[in-house]
Amino acid sequence: MAKVLHPFAGFRPATVIETPRFFGQNTQTGTKGTSVIELENVAYSYGGGELFSELNLTLAPGSFHFLTGPSGAGKTTLLKLCYGELIATSGQVRLFGADARAMDRDGIAMARQRIGVVHQDCQFLDHLPLAENVALPLSVAGRLSEAAGNLGDLLAWVGLSEQAAQLPPQLSGGERQRAALARAVIMSPDVIIADEPTGNIDWEMSQRLLTLLVELNRMGKAVLVATHDMNLIRAAKAQVQARVLRLKGRRLQAAGADL
Amino acid sequence: MLGLLRLLALLTGDPQADRAVPPTGFTARLTLFTAGAMAFLAVFALALSLATGRLADRWSAELARTSTLRISAPADQMAAQTAAAVKVLETTPGVASARPLTDDEQKALLEPWFGPDLPVETLPIPRLIEIVEDGDGYDAAGLRARLQAEVPGAVLDDHTRWREPLVAAANRLRMLGFSAIVLIAASTAAMITLAAQAALAANAQVIKVMRLVGARDTYIAGAFVRRFTLRALTGAAVGTLAGIVAILLLPRADAAGGFLTGLGFQGTGWLWPLVIPPLAAVTAFFATRAAALRTLREQS
Ligand SMILES: Nc1ncnc2c1ncn2[C@@H]1O[C@H](COP(=O)(O)OP(=O)(O)O)[C@@H](O)[C@H]1O
Ligand SMILES: [Mg+2]
Repeated sequence: MAKVLHPFAGFRPATVIETPRFFGQNTQTGTKGTSVIELENVAYSYGGGELFSELNLTLAPGSFHFLTGPSGAGKTTLLKLCYGELIATSGQVRLFGADARAMDRDGIAMARQRIGVVHQDCQFLDHLPLAENVALPLSVAGRLSEAAGNLGDLLAWVGLSEQAAQLPPQLSGGERQRAALARAVIMSPDVIIADEPTGNIDWEMSQRLLTLLVELNRMGKAVLVATHDMNLIRAAKAQVQARVLRLKGRRLQAAGADL
Repeated sequence: MLGLLRLLALLTGDPQADRAVPPTGFTARLTLFTAGAMAFLAVFALALSLATGRLADRWSAELARTSTLRISAPADQMAAQTAAAVKVLETTPGVASARPLTDDEQKALLEPWFGPDLPVETLPIPRLIEIVEDGDGYDAAGLRARLQAEVPGAVLDDHTRWREPLVAAANRLRMLGFSAIVLIAASTAAMITLAAQAALAANAQVIKVMRLVGARDTYIAGAFVRRFTLRALTGAAVGTLAGIVAILLLPRADAAGGFLTGLGFQGTGWLWPLVIPPLAAVTAFFATRAAALRTLREQS
């Protein structure tokens, strides 16, 4: 734990001062109102019956949400709606104030640059070293020059400095998860969305990852984590004010009380 | 011009995007080979077009300037009819000069067929009058009508009868050459489209990851487009060079004369093959771009 926090402590001042957009509280989000992602009366169906319906969710800056529910309840689907990978079958999803349904492909791509996603199956470009994979979002946004100072600090923060030159297939599950998190935050996004980030890593590694997410949240990022790991949620609640949502029986409910 | 500007922007494009897409050896080789082979063929099609173009121009220029009047008449009327015909010709607008061939000249014309000992004087061979035209030439139909009235034994041969099919054939060959070039360009585009689609399919995973981190279609397509354009340029440059060398190595056919004499490039014509590699690159650019953007739209 201390090992994780130490490099991070060194990382923050340098980046926050020199490049305020990087990890700093984002002041110019262009967000209408206060929320970064809003779901209003949303339903989704893959073609069969509705997976869920009448779903409302608002992610405000600095909020921390856990999304739980049995496997197959639609957690991943809900997250995909939040970053524009899927479009709601009914209701409205607003990304930074704009209706996702009305966005064109470039609009979705631009919104993605402001949403850091850690996917359930962390996918990388297997032929590129870890450092380049982490810098990929900057690269596709044409802002690779900004990586120069920050990339090293960021890799140190997630504890992957020594693995910078390794190819993704050479990394362990926990290392991949942390690399995915580093990639998700390198653009200094307004929201971090993580889908079962601790799904296949051990408890100690889960704790390290959680600490990183909590730190990001303290910097003002909205965080949304899908997980069915109750221990992780309990550990988080000790560190941060997190709301727990439960997806069950086609509805989204607050589930704070039973924890 | 727009294509060229885009090409320039492309060649100085984002090398990081290129690194994101791993090279696929198979499509690279296919594109290089296709561009090379097609450029090689294009050099010949171009040479054919230019050569037949020159031939058609030469024939029509040479033949258009002269024609022949043939007078068949009994020996005792020959001189009178010839004189009458020359008089008609001299008063015909568009005729620069009209001159009866001498016996020696006629003999020289017939020599290849009948040998040197032909007794031209004793044979009832027609008298030929060589007509040289000026300006736009004369009105053949009008001249024929006048001759029919005044010199019944005269037959006007203005060469159009046999000149036109020849020139038409040469022009047709030139058209075929150009059509071949268009077909070659279309085939190149088709092959490169297929290769690009194969590359896109092979890199579906890479594309997915790039998209998830916010890459726009044009960025992803750019990596492919740049690569295929450079490959087509390289392949076509090699193919063009090989085609030029092959044409230079064609045996000189001057002695045999005739059609083959002209196959090849002359003077500024040598600059034409240099157009082939950039043309291949432009073709590859648009083919790949269209294929990539279409595939990217369909994949999501
Ligand atoms: N692409 C898809 N097409 C059809 N059905 C799907 C697709 N993806 C997921 N599903 C179905 O939707 C349901 C919810 O899936 P998912 O959102 O992954 O749930 P969770 O993440 O909560 O386990 C599951 O029953 C799953 O089989
Ligand atoms: Mg899931």
